[in-house]
Amino acid sequence: MERYMNAPLTDEDAKSLHSGDYVYITGTIYTARDAAHLRMYEALDRNETLPLELAHNIIYYMGPSPAREGRPIGSAGPTTASRMDKYTPRLLDLGLKGMIGKGKRSDAVREAIVRNGAVYFAAVGGAGALLSKSIIASEVVAYDDLGTEAIRRLEVENFPVIVVIDAEGNNLYETAVREFGTI
Amino acid sequence: MKTIHVAELTQNIREMCIEANHCLTSDMDCALKNAVNTERSQLGKQILNQLQDNLRIAGDDRIPICQDTGMAVIFLEIGQDVHFEGGNLEEAVNEGVRQGYADGFLRKSVVKDPLIRENTRDNTPAVIHYEMTSGESVKITVAPKGFGSENMSRVFMLKPADGMEGVKNAILTAVKDAGPNACPPMVVGVGIGGTFEKCAIMAKKALTRPVDEHSAIPYVREMEEELLDRINRTGIGPGGLGGTTTALAVNINTYPTHIAGLPVAVNICCHVNRHAVRII
Repeated sequence: MERYMNAPLTDEDAKSLHSGDYVYITGTIYTARDAAHLRMYEALDRNETLPLELAHNIIYYMGPSPAREGRPIGSAGPTTASRMDKYTPRLLDLGLKGMIGKGKRSDAVREAIVRNGAVYFAAVGGAGALLSKSIIASEVVAYDDLGTEAIRRLEVENFPVIVVIDAEGNNLYETAVREFGTI
Repeated sequence: MKTIHVAELTQNIREMCIEANHCLTSDMDCALKNAVNTERSQLGKQILNQLQDNLRIAGDDRIPICQDTGMAVIFLEIGQDVHFEGGNLEEAVNEGVRQGYADGFLRKSVVKDPLIRENTRDNTPAVIHYEMTSGESVKITVAPKGFGSENMSRVFMLKPADGMEGVKNAILTAVKDAGPNACPPMVVGVGIGGTFEKCAIMAKKALTRPVDEHSAIPYVREMEEELLDRINRTGIGPGGLGGTTTALAVNINTYPTHIAGLPVAVNICCHVNRHAVRII
């Protein structure tokens, strides 16, 4: 099913999504990948405030290539989500509503998605040039010294993603492979 | 004897880093186009069409095909009658990478130390494989390697008794474990034989062989065809979201090995299987 959705996500929106839905996201999302997740995790350990509001927000696991002049961003496709699995349940328990990445998630992440009524989306890996066209603005909001791994606030317009794990815990990677597998 | 100034190497590698990150070789292009017609999943077809759009935008707008513009892997096949002048060969190669990644707006993804993890900010150093050949030319292959798929690659030290079936099962295991993480449709590079490190380098080099060419060894060719068919029946599909296009090719290289061993390396590459080749 095709859906159009605004970000940040409301509780109702997140729960209404189903594994396999094709969703176009418009609004504000944040990027964070390996190094930014480690820093946020350490900040939480020290009881410090995070540089972004987690409640209802979506984190995009992405580190862009440099922007050419006059463009908001360079190539901007998803990175492998499982490297963030160690940090994710804690962020979900603090209100994070959605994640965009690619690839499998751990059981602990799936459980935290269900527990918090959240959603895991996949963007098409290796389509960074195409995906950059749906990003209309980009601004570094924290950890600038991390270069491509800094936290960025992105304004996106009809950013195309697919629901992989929904709030009920259904997982498209498992169901789709069973549907088409013949060995 | 032919004398080559290392600056010529730098200039070529600079251009090749940029070229490889913006357009695929014609064999890869062709294989991805054909996949749109043969894919049975509707969502799979949609993803493969997006990959077509992505390649067009990357070429037209000079945006890298993928934001992970890789660690630069460089094969230098150097004729033994070549003499280099003008500086250190390795420094010249790294200078080419440095210039290419800066001038081409490519992402700098290399950290100086694997545990301290501070970005070198110029994507150097490259991983360089030197090979001596006969003649007086240098064949340069620049193959930027993304790590979504690199992380899913494996080395299996099998026993001779594991035989052909053991090798096939190892390759299928690596592909199934990789699944959506490796950005399918993938290209599967395999090295069989040699030693621990030899099979890994063979697997890497196998990824630079055109996807429409097979091994010249008849039984290896049969293995390549059989494994491609079996991989495409796993159901993983484009983006790992289900379908019949999981791999575009299985390229296998072999080498003599020890009486006690059967090393197998599986180097997985995503659909952005990049390489540029030049002979100077």
